[in-house]
Amino acid sequence: MIDIQNVHKSFGDLEVLKGIDLKVEKGEVLSIIGGSGSGKSTLLYCINAIEGIQDGKIIVDGIDVHDKATNKDHLRQKLGMVFQQWNSFPHLTVLENAALAPRIVKKLSKDEAIEIAKKELIHVGLEDKFDIYPTKMSGGQQQRLAIARALAMRPDYMLFDEITSALDPELVGEVLDTLRILRDEGMTMICVTHEISFAREVSDQVAFFHQGIIEEMGPPEQVISNPQKEMTKKFLSKVL
Amino acid sequence: MDYQFHWNTVFQNMPEMLQGAFVTLHVSVLSMLIGTGIAVLLAVAKMNNLKFFSQIAIAWVEVARNTPALFQIYMAYFGLGAFGIHLSPYVAVLSALIFINAGYLAETFRGGFLSIPKTQYSASKSLGMSTFQAYRYIILPQMFRRVYHPMTNQFVWSILMSSLGILVGMSELSGETQRLQSLSFRTLEFFIVAAVLYYLITKLVLLSSMLISRKLFRGEI
Amino acid sequence: MSGMSLFTPLSWNDTGFILTGVWNTVIISVLAIAVGSMLGVIIGFIRAESGKFLNMVLGSLLDILRSVPLIIQLILFSTFIGAMGHPISPFAAGSIVLSLYTMAFMGEVFRSGFESVPHSMNIAARSLGLTAWQTIYHIRFPIGLRSVFPSWLGVALSVIKDSALVSVIGYMELLRTSEQLISRTQQPLAILVGIGIFYFVISYPLSMFGKRIERKMAA
Repeated sequence: MIDIQNVHKSFGDLEVLKGIDLKVEKGEVLSIIGGSGSGKSTLLYCINAIEGIQDGKIIVDGIDVHDKATNKDHLRQKLGMVFQQWNSFPHLTVLENAALAPRIVKKLSKDEAIEIAKKELIHVGLEDKFDIYPTKMSGGQQQRLAIARALAMRPDYMLFDEITSALDPELVGEVLDTLRILRDEGMTMICVTHEISFAREVSDQVAFFHQGIIEEMGPPEQVISNPQKEMTKKFLSKVL
Repeated sequence: MDYQFHWNTVFQNMPEMLQGAFVTLHVSVLSMLIGTGIAVLLAVAKMNNLKFFSQIAIAWVEVARNTPALFQIYMAYFGLGAFGIHLSPYVAVLSALIFINAGYLAETFRGGFLSIPKTQYSASKSLGMSTFQAYRYIILPQMFRRVYHPMTNQFVWSILMSSLGILVGMSELSGETQRLQSLSFRTLEFFIVAAVLYYLITKLVLLSSMLISRKLFRGEI
Repeated sequence: MSGMSLFTPLSWNDTGFILTGVWNTVIISVLAIAVGSMLGVIIGFIRAESGKFLNMVLGSLLDILRSVPLIIQLILFSTFIGAMGHPISPFAAGSIVLSLYTMAFMGEVFRSGFESVPHSMNIAARSLGLTAWQTIYHIRFPIGLRSVFPSWLGVALSVIKDSALVSVIGYMELLRTSEQLISRTQQPLAILVGIGIFYFVISYPLSMFGKRIERKMAA
């Protein structure tokens, strides 16, 4: 379970998260929607300790993420993250991209790492691209590589930060399909996304962020189809 | 180490050292001015099919960029002597620097020109500009920004390379330093001061260049 | 302490010496490029990773090496070593000075190479659980090095040409001729042209090769 308790986060003088309380149970899919600057991506960065927090706690499976004693590199093995920009490692082939972390972080043997990498690449539909260099692939394919790369570490949770926002429209579908597969397999996911209809379809919970707080949260039937708060209605009317 | 540093001799001769530095500066400036002019011609010759001139331009650029500066200076000073052409040390070094600067800058200008998208030209023309106007207001100003930094570096290079004048008896900074130290045998002190002077000149040039670029290119690129 | 004689005539008698000197150029260049690159990678990396202060200090030191003419550095170094009472051969002195000079330029080349690696690569790697050192070794280093090849080659070619100076100084030290004679005869031209061709033949193919690699990498 990911337990976020009263988290406050500032960049210099600018407070971006103003007291976030959230729980994500194992097997749940949480979508986070909201305008730019509402703090949604920042929250993900705080969960896997890329950013620090000024107040509050984030507890992942009983471990306090921001405690000084916590080994953050270790923790990140549990939390797979995929970004808006896929960040493929350009000097490695697709297979090497996916097999690198299992080999050097989990200290698996080269063969084991490759086995796992291949499995995840097939999982996301890149079975014919093992020896290609990422820069030769489309954005959608590189994004699926990024997902496979994260999955190869066998994380307990997957964090997605607007992973379709930088893609051409016709490539978005293949990436969302991959997410549907993961959801059906029971992966616990937090998706920050602009794809409202997708959020409605796959999520168990939706949280609407506005100016650093959770304005409204609940099942998608409520938040998206039948919003209670004014701000939520306003936001949805702009994007739908 | 039982070497006694005597700095007084150097400071007494500072005026002559500075005179040498001045020579260094003006030979570098001249070599840049003339070199730039020639470089433009070379770049144009290289980018268009001008038969004979294009061949010369290509040869000039490749020889200038692939042979040592020292070689150029020796050629100008000793080599031309074989043809009965006796250049003074100053002119020999100046010619060599002009030759090399023209070669390097021609490539810089060519690269700068080619890096501007053709769409800039088509956009200008479709607004009704004549070819001349398109170059004057759109193409050349952008080119200038791209070659400004390399040109500054070339200038600094010229200043540093002019020091080779010492080997042909020229009275720029290094040559003067050599002459003065041989009179007093305070080699280390003189050359240390020369090194400091070169450093200061270089820094001054770079600083001025940066300040000028701030004025010229407010917030662009 | 000997004053350095720097004005020399050139004649056929000198051919043998000159050819030796020119061969030495090859050795000195290769040495300077190798040593300069290795030291340059280390320095470039340190500068790319350190905080402002260390970066500035190192930067200023390297800057001095790049802002003083090579010939002045050679003279200073040889004179200084001589004054210390342990004179070394001019070619050895030249090799050391040229290596440090190369290192100063290579440091700049590699520093910008390492800094050009997008920060998002780091974040992606760390998110996978890689430690800071693993990120440096497997991601930053390889990507940074690949992007510097053109600049590196540019510096290497310059060093080859600068080594001509080292050979000449070394050669003149060997001769120790007097300052007054500056004679110009027919002979120097042939020798000079020969030397020029020598450098051209080394430098031109290498720079063509470099351009080809650049084009391949851009594709």
